Amino acid sequence: MSTLLRLATAGSVDDGKSTLVGRLLHDCKAILADQIAHVKTVSEARGGDFDFALLTDGLRAEREQGITIDVAYRYFATDKRSFILADCPGHVQYTRNTVTGASTADVVIILVDARHGVLEQTRRHLAVAGLLRVPHVVLAVNKIDLVDYDEAVFTKIAKDVSEVADQLGIADVQAIPVSALVGDNVVDHSAATSWYDGPTLLQYLENATGRTDTSNQPLRFPVQYVVRPQTDDEYRDYRGYTGTVASGTVAVGDPVIVLPTGRRTTIAGIDRPVVTPTSTAVAERPSAVAGEAVTIRLADDIDVARGSVIVAAEASPGTRRELAATVSWLSDRPLTVGARVLIKHTTTTAQAIVTKITGALDLDTLGVIDATELHLNDIGKVQLKIAAPLAADPYSSNAITGSFLLIDAHDGWTLAAGMIDDEEGELL
Amino acid sequence: MTITATNTVTELDALESESIFVFREVAAEFERPVILFSGGKDSIVMLHLARKAFAPAGVPFTLLHVDTGHNFPEVLAYRDSVVAELGLRLEVASVEDYIADGRLRERTDGTRNQLQTIPLLDAINAHRFDAVFGGGRRDEERARAKERIFSLRDEFGQWDPRNQRPELWSLYNGRHRPGEHVRVFPLSNWTELDVWHYIEREQIPLPSIYYAHERDVFERDGMLLAVGPYSQPREGETVSSRQVRYRTVGDMSCTGAVASTATSAAEVVIEVAASEITERGATRADDRASEAAMEDRKREGYF
Repeated sequence: MSTLLRLATAGSVDDGKSTLVGRLLHDCKAILADQIAHVKTVSEARGGDFDFALLTDGLRAEREQGITIDVAYRYFATDKRSFILADCPGHVQYTRNTVTGASTADVVIILVDARHGVLEQTRRHLAVAGLLRVPHVVLAVNKIDLVDYDEAVFTKIAKDVSEVADQLGIADVQAIPVSALVGDNVVDHSAATSWYDGPTLLQYLENATGRTDTSNQPLRFPVQYVVRPQTDDEYRDYRGYTGTVASGTVAVGDPVIVLPTGRRTTIAGIDRPVVTPTSTAVAERPSAVAGEAVTIRLADDIDVARGSVIVAAEASPGTRRELAATVSWLSDRPLTVGARVLIKHTTTTAQAIVTKITGALDLDTLGVIDATELHLNDIGKVQLKIAAPLAADPYSSNAITGSFLLIDAHDGWTLAAGMIDDEEGELL
Repeated sequence: MTITATNTVTELDALESESIFVFREVAAEFERPVILFSGGKDSIVMLHLARKAFAPAGVPFTLLHVDTGHNFPEVLAYRDSVVAELGLRLEVASVEDYIADGRLRERTDGTRNQLQTIPLLDAINAHRFDAVFGGGRRDEERARAKERIFSLRDEFGQWDPRNQRPELWSLYNGRHRPGEHVRVFPLSNWTELDVWHYIEREQIPLPSIYYAHERDVFERDGMLLAVGPYSQPREGETVSSRQVRYRTVGDMSCTGAVASTATSAAEVVIEVAASEITERGATRADDRASEAAMEDRKREGYF
């Protein structure tokens, strides 16, 4: 399997996220000479020391204001593995960008300023990580140098966060005392925190397990696009269904069901492309696993189009036109009951109506409170009625067939990130 | 269900699958997509992936080349041979034409990368392209590191980095209003090294200037510029014949060569892995214009 690890950062404004990321990249030698020279020049022109944040804050406005506005993606590697890092903004106004970065992350690093402890934004970011079921959370207690490397301060914050994480059902939290500015415990162990015997941030990242391998789960194959060359050659009658295996394994001869029609058939062929400078063809292969983009042929000539989902015959999710889900509301316009929206679920986009708002998460108590509307950055529970049947699973069992977007039909804006509840209907 | 233990997914396979997924989403959801094709390595890899996405059928997209008029002849020859071999449809937006009839004026420094924006936006409007594939990668430049895979542009082609749509999981939202279009970057998560590993693995032919060759060059601002019709040494700059290759291919007047002995993709992989300078830092004069040169161009509609 791939050793790639995807990570995202989160934290409040001025917690030092960009500095931490800059420090991590710098100390991993992932920053090249011309980039360092550039940061030096700009830092000096501003009359300051080398500003690590300038390595990642790439927009004019970010540099002027000293804050991160949008996600920056960085790529680096050590001898052990390679990383894709989403450096996310901390300002509450840009929480949607934190959700963007965390939706694909294996690890979320949540920064807390050692002087301030747990803030509302810390709770919000923990809730987002819990909601998205990010496998691992790292709590980086930053600016530990500014509290004189006091073990008691670190222990108190780690305990506070672990209580919140427990309530949110986040199993795996690793707390690490760091100073991004000085470099304590980022790549190398710090002599100033002799009381800390855990891993440095980089050690943790190098050893964290990546995304859950879903190849042993039931097959889900959302059809993206139908390939029909209609040429005069050997592919005259070719009809292939392209897509990426969302979960499970697909093999020639497997019995499958095509949703939403429910028709049964078997896998007649799995094709991989063979392209040369002058020709385009396909070659057969016996099987494909989750994450692979392939083309499938079916034994029977049945109605299959974009939006169809090919599923394991023995473990079909069936279809539904009503969903109970938890949503992270990402728009300035509030969500109200009766709202008409578009839902994008795998390769289907359909009309939907919000039939009920069941509640919203109270970030102080972490309990669910009554709500009639959801506002920007709210995490809430809704029920939807959908104009087309969806082959949906709970998010807890399948992140691809269990997630969706809500979209404004008028201007196309993405309104919400949605996760389909499991049978217990737990908020998180 | 049979589970074969022989399936192993490498990082390169994962990147390939993610890119193919993006091509298929666009083919399914847009009416008039186009691939920006410059004959550079990223657009060549992009075309290779597009061909894989729809095999055994052909690529369901038109190609668009914004031709500065300052291109390397080897690159134009490569472009034309690919189009002919694969039976593709190519549109060319010519900066030279715009200068000739006065719609654009030559810059005092003689470079033309900046001048590509207007012909690009005009071509998008004229052909009513609604999705425009670019080979941009997030590792190239700090403004590009901020780019979504699906990036909405308004009717003026402008990018608003402060108001980008959230992009969640692999649920790409391509909805747009009339006049708006979406820039799509299927190579977002690839690095320069990934691209070269892939070129090596897939044995993808490239224009010859990507490999080491003898060329008359002179040094300016730490870069090796080719002596040619669009770039001549100034006083005090000496010309010498050097063994060089190009890491990026753009406008001849502002794209620098690097000293190299790599004559194959495998050798380039070794060189790139050891390089202490980024691709753009080593070879692009125009990005040095200001602290936010790329962001400013992208805001105006540059790719």
